[in-house]
Amino acid sequence: MLLKVENIHKRYDETEVLKGVSLEMETGQSKVIMGPSGTGKSTLLRCINYLTPPDEGRVLVEGTEITSRNLNRMREKLAFVFQDFNLFTHLRAVDNVAIGPRKIRGMSRRAAHELAMRELERVGLSERSHAYPAELSGGQQQRVSIARALAMEPKIILFDEPTSALDPELTGEVIAVMKQLASEGMTMLLVSHEVGFARQAADEIIFMDGGHILEQGPPAQLFDAPQHERTRQFLSRIGQGGEAA
Amino acid sequence: MSEFYAFAVEHLPYILEGLPITLGLWVLAMTIGAAFGLVLAWARLYGNTLVYGAATVYVELFRGTPMLVQMLFIYLGLPEVGIVFDPFTAAVIAIGLNTSAYQAEYFRGAIRSIPRGQMQAARAMGMTPLQGLRWIVLPQALRRVIPQWSNEAILELKYTSIAYAIGVSEITARAEKVGYETFMFFEVFLLLALVYIVLTGTVAQVLLYLEKRTAVPGL
Amino acid sequence: MIVEIIISQMPYLLHGLWVALQLLACLLALGLVLGLSLALLEVYGHWTLRWLGILFERIFRGIPAIVLLLLFYYGVTDFVEIGSFMAAVLALGLRSAAYQSQIFRGCILSVPPGQMQAARAMGMSKMKAVRDIVLPQALRLSIGPWTNEFSSEMKATSLAYVIGVVELTRQAKYIISSTQGNILIVFAVVAALYFIFNRLGNWGLYKLEKKLAVPGFEQRGDA
Repeated sequence: MLLKVENIHKRYDETEVLKGVSLEMETGQSKVIMGPSGTGKSTLLRCINYLTPPDEGRVLVEGTEITSRNLNRMREKLAFVFQDFNLFTHLRAVDNVAIGPRKIRGMSRRAAHELAMRELERVGLSERSHAYPAELSGGQQQRVSIARALAMEPKIILFDEPTSALDPELTGEVIAVMKQLASEGMTMLLVSHEVGFARQAADEIIFMDGGHILEQGPPAQLFDAPQHERTRQFLSRIGQGGEAA
Repeated sequence: MSEFYAFAVEHLPYILEGLPITLGLWVLAMTIGAAFGLVLAWARLYGNTLVYGAATVYVELFRGTPMLVQMLFIYLGLPEVGIVFDPFTAAVIAIGLNTSAYQAEYFRGAIRSIPRGQMQAARAMGMTPLQGLRWIVLPQALRRVIPQWSNEAILELKYTSIAYAIGVSEITARAEKVGYETFMFFEVFLLLALVYIVLTGTVAQVLLYLEKRTAVPGL
Repeated sequence: MIVEIIISQMPYLLHGLWVALQLLACLLALGLVLGLSLALLEVYGHWTLRWLGILFERIFRGIPAIVLLLLFYYGVTDFVEIGSFMAAVLALGLRSAAYQSQIFRGCILSVPPGQMQAARAMGMSKMKAVRDIVLPQALRLSIGPWTNEFSSEMKATSLAYVIGVVELTRQAKYIISSTQGNILIVFAVVAALYFIFNRLGNWGLYKLEKKLAVPGFEQRGDA
């Protein structure tokens, strides 16, 4: 098992956002977490790489539990793509991608640069390698941030609503890159409402509600034959049939 | 006018012999101030209660009292407890400690102005907090702080003249000496004022150029 | 022993403080009147006046306070007989005017242009509109930055030491010379006096700002 998340609990003040969530991922799988807003999807993703440390529960990557002591080493295996990109403002696109390999993985300047150029090529942005983040469109920024994640050569990439900060006409380019990664066998865990991606590229959909996983299964089953009333309501709200087949 | 010109030609070289002292005071004090200011900013941002408290008291004390008093304290006062400095060193320390308190506040503000997502992204890829500060937050904060830092640098360049009060032979002290020798006080201090205007104007231009050179879109 | 010395010398220090505060009041008053006039000329005046105002600012902000003090004390007394106190008021006051005009100009310009337009639209003269509409807003905004100027001039009064004004720092020097020692203690007390009066002034100005505050003018945040 590549990723094992066990019984994660998280509370903020009085509200318990995550009430014991567990999930597992095999190498090469991609899973999409869906559900109404405020059900703890993003919190779950942040708990997995300890950006928000969980109150209870464990996260294991390749059988090793994440602790405060091995945190930074484990995070290299768990790349994170943010909703609002968080590209490093003072670095050109290529340096945004190269800084992790250089400063964390200890690669030489030259090797890191070459790696960064290859990853930018992979997301189709090699010709914009010398632009600063402020000079890129939102879609381009998100693709650079995916390249930045790839350059760490992670085991898994966690995507936190990667298209929701983008104008509708810019989401396509980002989704295309994610689909390509999924087809190349990258292990991916997403929080996203992109039904198109979920149907075509995901192995499994995880439906969350009220801090729990309500149901999970292959896209065809979950979209076309949901078991729970809440799932049906949610799917019809985002414009997916939801009537039992 | 031509009289003043002749006076200037005659006495300017002597005054300008003090320029290396003035500039030396300034560069050394600004360097101490920047290094110590960063430490203070760090203490005020990330230190525990004790470290934070000590840094805050330091900053408030140095910003709340005159630099001349600080300089006299160091130069005249510290020998009482066996710590003796020559005037130049005492002036460098006084100006450096004084400006560190101001620079600390500029650094602190600039670091706080960097969006939290930057540090989060750094942590998410496996950087330690110190690595995140070193490679991501500081390079951005230091660029943002340049305009305020430039103001501070020019202010301190003018403040180096205070060292004259403890007998450092910088340009103000030399000008006064010319005054006593020629009794043309008005002319000599006017000349000195012009020297400072040219000096601060030049430094301002250089710092502006530096600001433009290091500018990054979106910062 | 130490306490005795402080107590016995306190009257001298307090007298020095009194002189320093008088100097501060005079130089700030001169700076206020001149600085505000300069700001108004620079914003509303003919371009030549604006140009002259900016030139004045540049010159007085480019010269160190000590050099101005020496220039006015030794230099001007070549022509006119003025005492060291008067020289200090002029030197520091004119310099403060340069800094204050910058503060006031910024605050006048930050009052939205619609305010002036609305005032003119009701038939106010330009002068009246500036006095009754723009300035009441601009001056409220300026209290915050003016507090910094107050602090900085409070500390600058110590520089009058170099031209022999017997203010707080010069008093301290006299005490040290006459008692042969206790230098650290005397300077610590002097520093404490500056610190306390600086804080008192800031506190008073903060109260004033609060008192004059009008909804919509809470513009002085933490920043």
